[in-house]
Amino acid sequence: MYPTKYHKAASIDDAVKALGAGEEAMILGGGQTLIATMKQHLAAPSDLVDVRSIEGMVGVSLDGDMLVIGGATTHAEVASSKEVQKHTPALARLAGGIGDPAVRHAGTIGGSVANNDPAADYPAALLALGATVVTNQREIGADDFFDGLFTTALDEGEIITAVKFPKVEAAAYAKFAQPASLFALVGVFVAKTADGVRVTVTGAGDEGVFRSEALEVALTADWSEASAKGADVSADGLMSDIHGAAAYRANLIKVMAARAVLAS
Amino acid sequence: MANGATGIGARVKRKEDKRFITGKGKYTDDVRMENQAYAAFVRSPHAHANIKSIDKSAALAMEGVVDVLDGHQLTGDGIGNIICGWAVTSKDGSPMNMGAWSALATQKVRYVGDAVAVVIADTQQLARLAAEAVEVEYEELPAVVKADKSLAKGAPEIHENAPGNLIYDWEIGDEAKADAGLAAAKHITEMEITNNRLSPNPMEPRSAVATYDEAEEHYTLYTTSQNPHVARLVLSAFYNVAPEHKLRVIAPDVGGGFGAKIYIYPEEITCLWASMKTNRSVKWTADRSEAFITDAHGRDHISTAKMGFDENGKITGFKVDTIANLGAYMSLFSSSVPTYLYATLLSGQYDIQNLHANVRAVYTNTVPVDAYRGAGRPEACYLIERMMETAARELGMKPAELRAKNFIREFPHETPVIMTYDSGDFDANLAQAEEAADVAGFPARKAEAAKRGKLRGLGYSCYIEACGIAPSAAVGGLGAGVGLWESAEVRVNPVGTIEILTGSHSHGQGHETTFAQIVAERFDLPIDNVSIVHGDTDKVQFGMGTYGSRSGAVGMSAIVKAMDKVEAKVRKIAAHQLEASEDDIVIEGGEVKVAGTDKALGWHEIGLAAYTAHNLPPEMEPGLKESAFYDPSNFTFPAGTYICEVEVDPETGRTEVVQFTASDDFGTIINPMIVEGQVHGGLAQGIGQAMMEQVIYDDDGQLITGSYMDYTMPRAADLPFYSVHHASTTCPGNPLGMKGCGEAGAIGSPPAVINAITDAIGNNNLSMPATPQNVWNALQAVTASQAAE
Ligand SMILES: Cc1cc2nc3c(=O)[nH]c(=O)nc-3n(C[C@H](O)[C@H](O)[C@H](O)COP(=O)(O)OP(=O)(O)OC[C@H]3O[C@@H](n4cnc5c(N)ncnc54)[C@H](O)[C@@H]3O)c2cc1C
Repeated sequence: MYPTKYHKAASIDDAVKALGAGEEAMILGGGQTLIATMKQHLAAPSDLVDVRSIEGMVGVSLDGDMLVIGGATTHAEVASSKEVQKHTPALARLAGGIGDPAVRHAGTIGGSVANNDPAADYPAALLALGATVVTNQREIGADDFFDGLFTTALDEGEIITAVKFPKVEAAAYAKFAQPASLFALVGVFVAKTADGVRVTVTGAGDEGVFRSEALEVALTADWSEASAKGADVSADGLMSDIHGAAAYRANLIKVMAARAVLAS
Repeated sequence: MANGATGIGARVKRKEDKRFITGKGKYTDDVRMENQAYAAFVRSPHAHANIKSIDKSAALAMEGVVDVLDGHQLTGDGIGNIICGWAVTSKDGSPMNMGAWSALATQKVRYVGDAVAVVIADTQQLARLAAEAVEVEYEELPAVVKADKSLAKGAPEIHENAPGNLIYDWEIGDEAKADAGLAAAKHITEMEITNNRLSPNPMEPRSAVATYDEAEEHYTLYTTSQNPHVARLVLSAFYNVAPEHKLRVIAPDVGGGFGAKIYIYPEEITCLWASMKTNRSVKWTADRSEAFITDAHGRDHISTAKMGFDENGKITGFKVDTIANLGAYMSLFSSSVPTYLYATLLSGQYDIQNLHANVRAVYTNTVPVDAYRGAGRPEACYLIERMMETAARELGMKPAELRAKNFIREFPHETPVIMTYDSGDFDANLAQAEEAADVAGFPARKAEAAKRGKLRGLGYSCYIEACGIAPSAAVGGLGAGVGLWESAEVRVNPVGTIEILTGSHSHGQGHETTFAQIVAERFDLPIDNVSIVHGDTDKVQFGMGTYGSRSGAVGMSAIVKAMDKVEAKVRKIAAHQLEASEDDIVIEGGEVKVAGTDKALGWHEIGLAAYTAHNLPPEMEPGLKESAFYDPSNFTFPAGTYICEVEVDPETGRTEVVQFTASDDFGTIINPMIVEGQVHGGLAQGIGQAMMEQVIYDDDGQLITGSYMDYTMPRAADLPFYSVHHASTTCPGNPLGMKGCGEAGAIGSPPAVINAITDAIGNNNLSMPATPQNVWNALQAVTASQAAE
């Protein structure tokens, strides 16, 4: 790891100051992605600004019907939160299925969303549920937030302070884990929202998380396992790697969608 | 001399575990020397390239960098090339083509990770940063990574003295007889079988701390070795680091080896030499990424095999053609693994009269390949046992029935591939496993699984392996550069406590417990009065170390021999002092007594008598310390039956091992708990190989599976609760009757798993690892062929 300077920010102002002062400062969440990248010499931030002690950035609350998860809330906290379990049980289950216990107790929702790994779980939930990413500068709808592999609408130094989830009629997530990393080889999130049926796929897209039109059409017509399995999911635009060729991933998308519908 | 609580057969808790589970173990990386500097290696990012130039200036200019050293300096100082210590001769009589391997490459790099220079600096972080600042200019060359492609015409040549990348073309058995046997067959089963490449992944990465003492011209090396004496011998005799008496090698607590820590790698050699060059202690510890690209890999065979059967299912002939990928350089025992440790086991548990195997070993631009848990025997077992299961399906016979028809039942049995099996009862293991696995109830379980949409399958493996390596004269005749005996010294102290100095080395096996058990049993003493000393060439007499499941059958046999001598002397002293006949002396309950009388001396009094020497028999030397070297007369032959039951999810290809049953014949068992642990670990590695693990290179020789994000290690949740049983026959070859248990699980399990999955999916064409995608693809092939019909 290259040498770096660690800051523990007590407030947003504090964090913004430290981020501005550093030559190449980066926000630090649970470090589950960033620290590993630094160890491999693939990232070399001059400063790390830890946002986990900032007032209000950790924890779950309700704002009317809206579920608000602080940007530095760990996956384990989301998984075990009574509010989340009541509001959107699928989200609690998704968080409880991220990586392993060590990862879940350190990794944060803000870090995961900001990182936008094409195999991460949260992006599928945000996009399917029509969530809103709240930053220290603005609010960004999920539809406008995810921007391809490891890319988001965030500006440099912009801090995710919370993610807001509306309540939906039905939702479920089914994940087929990549055997080595336990990230999603294919994860499918299905939701019946106020805007209609939304089906998102993570782990499989060449350009990261995406909405599956074929599945949305099929499940809008008929919200059933059979309908998901019968959907015309193409392998075009899907990733191929040692763990799964595009055709295999296309099959898994249908199977996982069916299982999500069954669980919804 | 019963010692029920702690003697032979007792489930004694491991004495060493207190320090391990309380974090008090002392590993190489825990060693801190005064004046210690750190090494970081500059490694090739290319699989195959000429080194044009090395520019050290930027690294040397960094504050805290002690020196940057390269291969020209290393060879200039007379450090010798790394060698393979087992000479395998091609069938045309020519010697194997061993290419030069310098610890730091001088002209050419041959795999991604090949070391070209080393930075010595005040801190580890600085050393690593400076290593990035060393600028190496390369001229890239085309690379080849697959064994068969490496033999193809026009493949890039990796070593000058190995035309066509061929290391040797070797055979065993009688080809004419095998051909005739196949010609006479009523049915021939033919298969192409690959054995996947594995990364050994011991929990503790390799590490070395080297210290040069200028005044004494003496070196000390702490290192993660399974065999510190062999390391010292090789470092001294071949690499010219220092003469043996000027080099001390210490292998303290070592966190797993699995074969990868047998060899002496470039890093250890370089650290020793660099400590002399810089006059600093030099420490290097691999991180996991470095382990993936430097620890010797395992397996990587491509084979075709034909097995013929007569109308009764008896094997008439068996022919195998194998290409073994040895990587970019020949590692220490690499040549023996796909030959004498592989093809000699191709007879399996079966009476096969006509057998021939041809093996070509080749270079590729990949990490060197050498012994990994099982070493050659898993490759043999996988091949035969997949052939047998497939043949049974083709012949419409039960897999157990076809095997039983061909079992060897008389011992000793000489195979056509030079092994002499000494004992075994294969029927007993098969029957025990079938009963424990409730094979009779399988059809009902399969039907129930089908209702849940799952495909259930059952697979067998009847393995035999050769371990307890090995008779020195025999392996010497086959080309080994060393003997494979073991040594022991039994020291009875003046107070009666006992130290056992053994040439074996424990890196997780529990020697401090099992070795103490045989001593506690023999002299009927509390096990806490016995301690085991190992792993330090200054403390322990020359020994050969631990691999090839040899510490029991060979290492403990040496202890028994030394104890025989101690006992003889104890009897003499006691008989003299108690005025009795030696024959009437019994050793029991902490005393040495005259049978049938109340005359007795405490065990500690004998110790004291030996060292005070006030009253010893005439001519007797003082002291009570005996040593022995034990050279086995044969390999030992653990065998058994493994039965695996799986459930496949046809929609995803995901496979779950729902039941795994083992019946092993390990001969005498000293500590059943430790033996079961060895079986569990072996099965985990075998199931890992069968379903998860695989080293993958891209065509340019870049390692794709260079971290745990892509290399799948089995996790606890991936594995079932094993059902482990024993049906033993005594090994006639050694005093304790032991066969060895360290590798059997990894040897026997992979074919059982694949046979179960192929049974479930109805397609014999499935390669390891049976990842969800591979199983799903095999299922699609079934669907496609059904649709075509
Ligand atoms: C072994 C392993 C398995 C994993 N398995 C899964 C899995 O199954 N599914 C899954 O989804 N993920 C998985 N992960 C990733 C994990 O969820 C990480 O927690 C996540 O990707 C990053 O979150 P973090 O809090 O650790 O962020 P960090 O690693 O600290 O940061 C990641 C990036 O986000 C930025 N960042 C962090 N916090 C904020 C913020 N509040 N606002 C703006 N930017 C921020 C950082 O600057 C950095 O660029 C796994 C990780 C590991 C190590």
